[in-house]
Amino acid sequence: MYEGILIAGFGGQGVLSTGQLLAYSGMVEGKHVAWIPSYGPEMRGGTANCGVTISQQPISSPLVSEPTVLIAMNRPSLEKFENSVVKGGLIFVNSSLIDIRASRKDVGVYYIPANDMAEDIGSSKVANNIILGALIELTGVVTPEAIEKSLKDVLPPHHHKMIPLNLKAMEAGASLVRTGGRQRMADS
Amino acid sequence: MGKMLMKGNEAIGEGAVRAGCRYFFGYPITPQSELPHYLAKRMPEVGGLYLQAESEVASINMVFGAAGAGARVMTSSSGPGISLMQEGISYLAGAELPCVIVNMVRGGPGLGNIAPAQSDYFQATRGGGHGDYHLIVLAPASVQEIVDLMQDSFDLADKYRNPVMLMGDGVLGQMMEPVDLGEEKILSIPEKSWAATGRMKREKKNLINSLYIVPENCEVHNIKLGEKYKLIASGEQRWEEYRTEGAELIMVAYGTAARVCKAVADLCKAEGMPVGLIRPITLWPFPGRRISELAETAKSFLSVEMSMGQMVDDVRLSVNGKKPVHFYGRVGGMIPAARDVFNEVQFILSGGAR
Amino acid sequence: MKKIFSRPESLKDMPFHYCPGCTHGIVHRLVAEVIDELDVFDRAIAVAPVGCSVFCYEYFDCDAYQASHGRAPAVATGIKRVLPGSVVFTYQGDGDLAAIGTAEIIHAAARGEKFTVIFINNAIYAMTGGQMAPTTLLGQKTTTTPFGRDSEINGSPVKMSEMLSVLDGAAYISRVSMHNPANVAKAKKAIKKAFEVQMAGQGFSMVEVLSSCPTNWGLSPVKALKWIEEKMIPYYPLGEFKAPSEVV
Repeated sequence: MYEGILIAGFGGQGVLSTGQLLAYSGMVEGKHVAWIPSYGPEMRGGTANCGVTISQQPISSPLVSEPTVLIAMNRPSLEKFENSVVKGGLIFVNSSLIDIRASRKDVGVYYIPANDMAEDIGSSKVANNIILGALIELTGVVTPEAIEKSLKDVLPPHHHKMIPLNLKAMEAGASLVRTGGRQRMADS
Repeated sequence: MGKMLMKGNEAIGEGAVRAGCRYFFGYPITPQSELPHYLAKRMPEVGGLYLQAESEVASINMVFGAAGAGARVMTSSSGPGISLMQEGISYLAGAELPCVIVNMVRGGPGLGNIAPAQSDYFQATRGGGHGDYHLIVLAPASVQEIVDLMQDSFDLADKYRNPVMLMGDGVLGQMMEPVDLGEEKILSIPEKSWAATGRMKREKKNLINSLYIVPENCEVHNIKLGEKYKLIASGEQRWEEYRTEGAELIMVAYGTAARVCKAVADLCKAEGMPVGLIRPITLWPFPGRRISELAETAKSFLSVEMSMGQMVDDVRLSVNGKKPVHFYGRVGGMIPAARDVFNEVQFILSGGAR
Repeated sequence: MKKIFSRPESLKDMPFHYCPGCTHGIVHRLVAEVIDELDVFDRAIAVAPVGCSVFCYEYFDCDAYQASHGRAPAVATGIKRVLPGSVVFTYQGDGDLAAIGTAEIIHAAARGEKFTVIFINNAIYAMTGGQMAPTTLLGQKTTTTPFGRDSEINGSPVKMSEMLSVLDGAAYISRVSMHNPANVAKAKKAIKKAFEVQMAGQGFSMVEVLSSCPTNWGLSPVKALKWIEEKMIPYYPLGEFKAPSEVV
């Protein structure tokens, strides 16, 4: 098992922390993990991305130059990274904010209106978790239980009240891809 | 204690604290900021001191004072700041003071940028400042190794009474990997009878000094230092080998570039190509002995660096003309892509036909 | 027979290398006497500069450090932070302290570092051959101001004591002179007070000493002392610029 996951979006969309959560969950499951942020003088705003590697084997390189999964939270991210995804890989497109289609035909593409779905269940802050749920459902890279444990470990206690909402968002994302599938997503 | 997910820069800080370092003097510069941030919080917890100096020049001289007083002490910076410290580093080497200097190397020359680079190899391994001296230079390639090498850095510094430099870059500083910090060890920090701490009825005065005004005396001092460097060079070469058995082409890379080259070696294995990696862990002393041995069996070498070609000189000296030594580099803050290095390897193995 | 004058214990029994008529030796002696009188020899630590007094560690018998040019205050900071119970002093000239080491002295004072600075102001770079110092007076001829220091070209002399005394971290700042015995006696009092302020943990302390350099000034020793009195003191007034209301 090896996944090199590239998560990209605007600064402030929680891209880096989502990646850290994923890496932490892999570690909780005893897998080899690495997380690496993008570089840039931007401290706030602008484009942010991070690479997360989760593997059964020791990780040779933590740099995700040929991702098996791309999570594009905004349009520039999709345009910039679409071509780097390996053949047969996955692309998650946040269709709430991205009004174009992916052009690749040799990868699986899922269009998920993450911000809209997150608003529906209570907060746009959990948009990333919608896609995280879908990712886990399709790849099994980590279990939802590992994410739940990680949230408890990583979040300070006064934020634990946010955990149920996070899990609800993940379940919404998971059920969307479980019941819908790629074709329907592509048409939606 | 289980594993923790830590950033490399924080791991440097925690590793230092666990190695018994209680004094940090530094000046802000990117990309090592998480380290001072971490230690500014952590040092007071362990009764230590984090002090922000007015410049890198001041920080390295504060290190000089604290090291002379017998403390385990460190500073950290990046390219431009390390350049400013060079005079002080030369004094530290001359006065034979143990300390640890972290350089999270960035793109240069000049202000360059803050992206990862390995362009300070010559500066670190050839001395960097004025005079005839060497630093012990360690190059970790993972967050776990950062923690382990911090302990070794302080131990080596004390063992040889010599400044030690830990070289990383923004990738190693910013990336997160699981770390096993292990049990808190009872540290055995050697007695420093040479430290200038006040006479306290001591029979002879202690002097922390690099001044030898009489040439005959300075020569004796230089020869003594030279003997020490020889001892270090013969006893402290460290490296990691990856898929070198039966390898026809051996990549040589350290730090971040070595992580990329490990992935290249994996790609090569999948394609049935006999390609291995030797990863220097000590940049000085350079693990030339092993490379020289490998030059008997391997057919060629490829130095992969984030520079215009610096370590490749040491690879060539070690191979000593026995086999061709090639170079592949990305610079200015760019990181070699595994695919590009793989293509270079293929090109070399095919005898130069693309 | 009663002994009324002897070498301070803190000073080694050896001849100074300083030129005839140079007052460095007197200042060394005053510092050593103060260390003896305060009975702190065993915890005293000297930090030597680069300049004529580069070898002062040869004369002070306490533990010592030789610092790089201008950085003695940074070195002293490292020492004192590790050894808060020690009594640390730097001994610096005007090139070392007021030119290349300006950042270090200002920030050591600003941080209120608890060590004492003995600042020798002789208005010239002596060791390197009589070049202009930041404290060289206007009109003063040096090897690099052969026609006299011109403010249009070189700016005006730096008054370090006045500058440092505005910093909150500075607890004791005083300027004294070596030009006659009465002032030498006053200088010793100031040096002692500076050490006491350090030992009381009250903050940064510095004594600026107007000192002679007959060799590079091109004057006889006696005329050099007169030059301090007539030329230097009018520009560099003597006295305490800052002192705690009482030394605790």
